[in-house]
Amino acid sequence: MCGITKVYPNGVVANRNINLNVEKGEIHALLGENGAGKSTLMKILYGIERADAGKIFLEGKEVHIASPLDAIRLKIGMVHQEFMLIPSLSVAENCVLGIEPRRGLSIDRSKAIELTERFGAEFGLPVSHNEIVAELPVGMRQRVEILKVLLRGAELLILDEPTAVLTPLETEELFAALKTLVTRGKTIIFVTHKLKEVKQLADRFTVLRDGSNVGNGLVSEVSEAELVRMMVGRAIEVDVYKKRTTKPGAEVLTVKGVFYIRDGRNVLQNVSFKVRSGEIVAIAGVEGNGQAELVDILVGLRKATRGKIFLNDKEYTNAPPKEIRSQGVACIPADRIGRGVAMRASIEENLIADRYFKREFSRWWGLNKKAIREHAKNLMHVFAIRAIAPSTLVGSLSGGNIQRVVVARELSAGPQLLIADQPTRGLDVAATKFVRQRLIDERDRGAAILLVSTDLEEIMQLADRIIVMYKGSIVAHFADIESVTPELLGQYMLGVERQSEKEAEGAWNC
Amino acid sequence: MRSNVFELVRTLVAVFLSLLIVFIFIVIVSKDPVRAYRLFLIGPFARISRLAEWLNQSIPLLFAGLAVAIVFQANQFSIGAEGQFLIGALGATMVALSFPEVDVIHLLVAILAGMLCGALWGVIPGLLSAYGLKEGDNLGVLVVSLMMNFIGFYTAYYTINNHFRDIYAGFMASPFIPSTSYLPFLSARYRINGGLVIAFIIAGLVWYFLYRTKWGYEIRMVGTNIGFASFNGINVKRVIIYSNVISAAVAGLAGAIEVTGLHHRYLWQSMPGYGFDGVIIALIARNNPALVPLSALFVAYLRTGGRVMERGSDVSAEMAMVLESIIVLLVTAEALLNLWQRKRLKRKVSQR
Ligand SMILES: Nc1ncnc2c1ncn2[C@@H]1O[C@H](COP(=O)(O)OP(=O)(O)OP(=O)(O)O)[C@@H](O)[C@H]1O
Ligand SMILES: [Mg+2]
Repeated sequence: MCGITKVYPNGVVANRNINLNVEKGEIHALLGENGAGKSTLMKILYGIERADAGKIFLEGKEVHIASPLDAIRLKIGMVHQEFMLIPSLSVAENCVLGIEPRRGLSIDRSKAIELTERFGAEFGLPVSHNEIVAELPVGMRQRVEILKVLLRGAELLILDEPTAVLTPLETEELFAALKTLVTRGKTIIFVTHKLKEVKQLADRFTVLRDGSNVGNGLVSEVSEAELVRMMVGRAIEVDVYKKRTTKPGAEVLTVKGVFYIRDGRNVLQNVSFKVRSGEIVAIAGVEGNGQAELVDILVGLRKATRGKIFLNDKEYTNAPPKEIRSQGVACIPADRIGRGVAMRASIEENLIADRYFKREFSRWWGLNKKAIREHAKNLMHVFAIRAIAPSTLVGSLSGGNIQRVVVARELSAGPQLLIADQPTRGLDVAATKFVRQRLIDERDRGAAILLVSTDLEEIMQLADRIIVMYKGSIVAHFADIESVTPELLGQYMLGVERQSEKEAEGAWNC
Repeated sequence: MRSNVFELVRTLVAVFLSLLIVFIFIVIVSKDPVRAYRLFLIGPFARISRLAEWLNQSIPLLFAGLAVAIVFQANQFSIGAEGQFLIGALGATMVALSFPEVDVIHLLVAILAGMLCGALWGVIPGLLSAYGLKEGDNLGVLVVSLMMNFIGFYTAYYTINNHFRDIYAGFMASPFIPSTSYLPFLSARYRINGGLVIAFIIAGLVWYFLYRTKWGYEIRMVGTNIGFASFNGINVKRVIIYSNVISAAVAGLAGAIEVTGLHHRYLWQSMPGYGFDGVIIALIARNNPALVPLSALFVAYLRTGGRVMERGSDVSAEMAMVLESIIVLLVTAEALLNLWQRKRLKRKVSQR
């Protein structure tokens, strides 16, 4: 790609004369802060956006890519940062969407299933073909996305932050699959914020900052710190977070014997734990082991089949979300597009969603436009949300900036209990650091924090206690973080090991 | 703001293109296409009586567009405005016929009755879609509102026919309502419905309601992303109910205004089609109440122009319907948007 320039209709210059050279058979990392223009560049390559200037060459020949159809014809495939599956269809149906094998006039279902299974097995991306995508955990959806692209015969794969949603193990699996793909001659462009992965996987890299090229080269010739300096324009020290110094206070959240049964299956099984004021309790686990359902139940979006939930000794089991929020519960949801934000609403509207009825923002039944705007300006400043104005639609923000909108709203609620479900997913190095620091600050302010994360590094850095969930049960509890290693956690997360009932009960009897 | 201008341009282009297409149609069907097209385009302006016809026709369309815009903003695909309009008209007629003839109060009570009856007619689909249907089941909402239209029409028909029928009228209609319940005409000579003023005021109010009040905010948030709304503690069921009810009140008001401001009796022997008209008008206005008056005036103009053309040439009024449909198609087609966006960007690049 040569001299690519892209100006969005709202005047944002997302790409400014960018050059990107990717060689056949390599894994190329594309790096940059949130809003640097990575996704935009990739969307241009995939024909979703049109460049205002610049040329694209494929194997030496200039090509014009006007739509994803053109891209697919040129054997370019893309897995988007935000998933693009159809939630009401099954895995196999999603995979063959648009390229359905046919038998007569109808779709050949068994062929579709067979194709899906075969490709899944071949590339080390096993999926269960008949599940409805809406029911799948995010990690699994990711796999489906990749399969879908492979099924379309892509030779050049664009992966926009594919590992943001994966656990270490899933990441390993993905990397193994990607390496297999490369040995078979496929080429991969890989967008990420995780520098370790770059070192581990990529051959060469390109760094963007503010829509411009700031560097490229061989991965083996740069250090992580140098990459950070290129991305941010200055050095950032390595993450060190203050461990808890004070004793935790009273119990804020008490979860007692919660069961959640769906289709006769125990999605949650006798889950009991406590989170006290001034501590961060982390729930580690491979995505899809009941964490999502647990969070839903805690915020009132799902009803527990059995069990009780208390906030400061007051029971709130199965109360509606508004009541739960008004008691001082806030939540950064993992599904930011489905829950966290309204894409077609403005930033200011998104930021007041849980507080628009408060006296600051409304008089009688009207809304106080000025106060709402001030509120948004303030939060945009504090949380460094990069946008033109508070009235900008959230849908036109970069992935990381969307996440900042969610984080800004939930952290500024001043909660007693904060549930943070993958809070730094998709954030760049600086923003990740910022959010983690804010979580620590909240804890030190006296909030109780329940951190749900598939990122073990994040857990090791932040948690005061760790709970491991496997198949809907608590299989381990660690009160002494120093004794825990990521490898050990991994064993429990995969169900290889399991503490005795008594030890795991530490989550409850702390 | 820029995108608003953009939307407007896009709509205007669609209008222009469809006028062109219609001209081609007229050339094909007419012996004197220029005359027919002129009648169609400027006919409504040529005489004050036609102007009155145009304005009067735009009033119920304007209300219907507003009613639909409200439910559409909540992402409820309801076309129930029609039934609510008729029930509103029925309520206003009944009250106007039975209430003592006191100046001003008589009129107010009749109009309020119309609004209230319309609103009540919205309670049923509201409750049904909040509790009876799955979240986001828009087909269900559509079916429910459609059925409610039939029930509304026949309920009104039955009531008028059996209890309030004017036996001296040559057709099914209620007796005339007493003159104390008349809404004053804007111009009595040309019978221009005074409801026009009310319609514009209501458009302003609905805009204020949707964009400047808590309830309006809730409606819009539920409309853009139900998961987001409920996650943040908005009571989605409640929002679905009151969006239906408020929309229905607007439609009911329209019925009351037709009765007190123009016909002075209930006279609908068939369904007037305001449900779908409302959908068309709301679509053209992009569900924005501030644009609904323009869009309603526009559609009413097309229809009036169509009738003028029919009366004065060999082209039938159905042509206007064709035009209307083409415009809706073009306005809502995303393809056009993309075409335009590209052109604009190309220009931008070449300026660089
Ligand atoms: N559809 C759009 N309309 C207007 N502006 C947009 C649109 N999409 C992106 N932008 C803007 O373009 C810039 C670059 O966005 P892009 O999504 O390419 O960033 P990114 O590098 O992928 O960031 P992230 O790491 O957060 O995903 C941002 O400032 C963003 O607000
Ligand atoms: Mg991105």
